[in-house]
Amino acid sequence: MRKEVIKRVKAFRILGRSIRDSFKSVFRNFSLSIASILCTTITLILVAIAIVISANVNHITKDMEEELTIVVYANADTSDEQLKQIENEIKEISEVASVVAKSKEEWRLEMKSYSETLNTTLEYLEENPLLDSFIVTVNDAEDLRPVALEIREMNNIESANYGEGMVEDIISVFDIIQTVTLVMVIALIVVTAFLISNTIKLTIFSRRSEIEIMRLVGSSNTSIKLPFVFEGFLLGILGSIIPIIIMIYGYLIMYEQISNSSSFSIIELISPMPFILITSITLLLIGSLVGMFGSARAVRKYLKI
Amino acid sequence: MRFIEIKNCYKVYKNGVAAIADLTLNINKGEFIFVIGASGSGKSTLIKMLYREEKPTKGTVEIGGINVGKLRNRTVYKLRRKLGIVFQDFKLLPKLTVYENVAFALECLGMKGSEIRPKVIKALDHVGLKDKIRSFPGELSGGEQQRVCIARAIVNNPKLLICDEPTGNLDPKTSKGIMEVLENINKELGTTIIMATHDKEIVNRMKKRVIVLEDGLLAEDHEKGSYKASESI
Repeated sequence: MRKEVIKRVKAFRILGRSIRDSFKSVFRNFSLSIASILCTTITLILVAIAIVISANVNHITKDMEEELTIVVYANADTSDEQLKQIENEIKEISEVASVVAKSKEEWRLEMKSYSETLNTTLEYLEENPLLDSFIVTVNDAEDLRPVALEIREMNNIESANYGEGMVEDIISVFDIIQTVTLVMVIALIVVTAFLISNTIKLTIFSRRSEIEIMRLVGSSNTSIKLPFVFEGFLLGILGSIIPIIIMIYGYLIMYEQISNSSSFSIIELISPMPFILITSITLLLIGSLVGMFGSARAVRKYLKI
Repeated sequence: MRFIEIKNCYKVYKNGVAAIADLTLNINKGEFIFVIGASGSGKSTLIKMLYREEKPTKGTVEIGGINVGKLRNRTVYKLRRKLGIVFQDFKLLPKLTVYENVAFALECLGMKGSEIRPKVIKALDHVGLKDKIRSFPGELSGGEQQRVCIARAIVNNPKLLICDEPTGNLDPKTSKGIMEVLENINKELGTTIIMATHDKEIVNRMKKRVIVLEDGLLAEDHEKGSYKASESI
């Protein structure tokens, strides 16, 4: 029991020593560390930009998709039973999320509220000239077109329309933006991991004699390797500080600007909290993991024990 | 009491060089042994096999009942903690003081600072360098540096001290001092010492057991031997 405790205390002391050594090493090889930290910083800034862009594009697309509906008008002389039948038929299409019936009477009331002129006109007409309709939403923006086409084929349908053309273009552009940013981010992360790996490699070489002596006096392999892994971890963490600050302030400023400006009123960004918090944590995680993987690679490759 | 047992040991390097051939050797606890031989005779290989830097190709090397050749890379450190190793080129860390260099060995093992201090002072006292604990290796003479190296090797009270030409870089007078230190350690602490050397004078003066290697074979093994026994070298 006592032996176990002593063993654990020793392990903690070795852990503490590893952390201390990794700090020392970062400052001892300052120019090299700075190079790695800067590279991580640049990468993470780009990663942050990519995250902000793609999250917001996603957000805007979702917003748009939610607003996207197919407006179906039935023929003027459709009976109530036939209307019911149309509604059921539309509901049976698997891509359809919801169908809301909107009778011509409802339309009339709504349109009357639009303007005085319309009100008077509609009052004047004895018969309601409007058509019974259905507001159909779909699960995915890409389903709009096929669903609209399918509805047009049904009986007693006057028309089934959605924002043809424009909507599809915007969505495909957004898709491309997302793919490009994702590929860029992955490439940058790989490059950074290699750079950190290189820094650790040089640290290993510069501390060769120390490592040799550690081996000869009986340090366990783990306690020799640990400081290097910590060092990579540390480089990653240090590299993620500036990107996080830039991201937080940048996003707050951008959010402020866009929500106050009239020309961007159609764009609504994700609200800063908790978005910036989650993004900060993500950046910190990416930085530290990339650092650790980079150094683990160097340790595996260059630290022969 | 038998401490080291080498049985029918062979070592062939990957490039085909046979460094040790059919070596059988027993060493008792507390012995002081010289291993001599020309360059390429297998001295260094034998020494390296003792601290498991090299594995025997065939046969066994046992130290205190542990089959060294069978140790896994991961567990070699357990053996090394029981050994002290002294090199010709000292292998001191230039940025650490004498005290820190010796303490380094214990720090690596996760010892507490208060535990380390008396051990380091004791070891430095043994080699006669107690008054230089704050100096850096660069400020010391060759002999003093080698003493620091010996202090580091004995600080953890090893059962076996392995010396690979510890006097190779030193002048005769300094070498004599180093040998006195080693002899003291052997006598006072009962540490078994194995020393590979080229130095005729030392071997002749010390009158200890001498093992002569020739082309990887055990050529001679004399109690209280001397270099004269093998003039050919």
